[in-house]
Amino acid sequence: MKRAAAAIAALLAAGSAIAGEIPLDQRHSDSDFISADTRAMQTDDSQNPAMLAVLDGETLWNTKAGETNKSCADCHGDAAVAMKGVAARYPSYAPELGRPVDLEQQINLSRATDQKAPPLPFESKELLALTAYIAHQSRGMPIAVEETAQTRPSIEAGRALFERRQGQLDLSCAQCHDDNWGKKLAGNPIPQAHPTGYPIYRLEWQEVGSLQRRLRGCMSAIRAEPYDYGAPEMVDLEIYLMWRARGMTVEAPAVRP
Amino acid sequence: MIGRALIHAPATAKRGDIMEIKTLVSHVMESGYRIGVTGQPIPRDIIEDFVCTYNGEEVFRAKLYPAIAANPFISFFTVATESGTLTFSWTDQHGATRVQTAAITVE
Amino acid sequence: MHRIGHSRRRVLQAAGVLAGGALLHVSVRPAEATPEMMQDAVRAAIGEAPVKKGRVKLDLPPLVENGNSVPCTVSVDSPMTATDYVKAIHIFNEKNPQPNVISVKLCPRAGRANFSTRIRLADTQNITAIAEMADGSCWSDDIYVIVTLAACVEEPKP
Repeated sequence: MKRAAAAIAALLAAGSAIAGEIPLDQRHSDSDFISADTRAMQTDDSQNPAMLAVLDGETLWNTKAGETNKSCADCHGDAAVAMKGVAARYPSYAPELGRPVDLEQQINLSRATDQKAPPLPFESKELLALTAYIAHQSRGMPIAVEETAQTRPSIEAGRALFERRQGQLDLSCAQCHDDNWGKKLAGNPIPQAHPTGYPIYRLEWQEVGSLQRRLRGCMSAIRAEPYDYGAPEMVDLEIYLMWRARGMTVEAPAVRP
Repeated sequence: MIGRALIHAPATAKRGDIMEIKTLVSHVMESGYRIGVTGQPIPRDIIEDFVCTYNGEEVFRAKLYPAIAANPFISFFTVATESGTLTFSWTDQHGATRVQTAAITVE
Repeated sequence: MHRIGHSRRRVLQAAGVLAGGALLHVSVRPAEATPEMMQDAVRAAIGEAPVKKGRVKLDLPPLVENGNSVPCTVSVDSPMTATDYVKAIHIFNEKNPQPNVISVKLCPRAGRANFSTRIRLADTQNITAIAEMADGSCWSDDIYVIVTLAACVEEPKP
């Protein structure tokens, strides 16, 4: 951790650039910043460990749950049809709550409303499996989170969080991921941080995890207090990141170092 | 607990073809060397043996150690000799076993 | 974890320290394997057969992003006939806490002496693959792998 801190300090001492959005045509998936071997793990379904979660998610999709004793399939049918393109447009505005929710929260909303089932805990194996299965149905499609009257406040709030210096290292997300992407930090290239592949199998975790887990990890790394799972700030950040990645191709579930 | 496995094996083959079989099984492969949040090592919990039989005859066997990465991926080759069943079994250090099969039609 | 490495136990036994079956409780935690431990593991696997370099190709990336999962392929030059085949392939390491990685048993039905897996590497080190032939001869290959970690190493999942 000291290594990374020293490297970050050196990077910033070199002069502070004004945070600016990456031009749309200069955006690269985080897959472009990982080794060829890690990328090969991601593109080969027979080797991608996250496909095990997708398999579990398929089982859960077809498993009856809750007081209504219904499975997701009972209402939605075949996920390959019903969920095609869905993950690509999340976080999405939930009218019943008056604010955007991410895919995990939407799953739990549906469980509560339609299955009368208790929510699945964040980062639980079951929730990750369902998320991976649903996100997988959007693989190859462009991210379609739009700025509308309903999503704009959240996107702007997320942008503000992304550009705000925070933590003991007094560092903003934008300083690394907008201003210094492609440069090396402690020996590894800094990606642009587009969430095109979530939930991901992260080699560091040796398991599948959500975007919120990754954000919490990043915040800990810059010595900031991480937001709680499901916090409004988390969803604001998620919707901003997905909007920032609009038009880029969904790769879920991806593999990252 | 040994989770499910994804098996990629051809459904059909010509007699004499050398087939590539890929297996990916869900398992934490806890090495026993990681320190947990309590400050104590998390106990070892690994798959120790993987066997593939082809119509009952052993065609591949591996002994796994903690140095095998989580969610073990093992791919290997075997000659398509006859139609039948490929049986895959993973056994952990506690003796628990998971078995999955794949049918193969050989022309 | 308090555990005496296998080779250390033998050395202590030879030195007469472990007498009458009493186990000497040594607070030693083997943080790394040593080259001696690796040699012991090799001998435990293949006995006293001499090992020659060649016929084996060990494929590992020379530079690794994350030591938690490193793709690894071993292929051996062999016709895999009923009389001329590879009967076993072993992979060993020098710097993990334990010297063994995997031991594979093959037979002529394999058609090809080639397998792939993903391994853990605790540090930059030499990895060795040894193939045992049906005629008892042993062949090897080794690769030096540089291991980097992910830039921001996380704490355990909260």
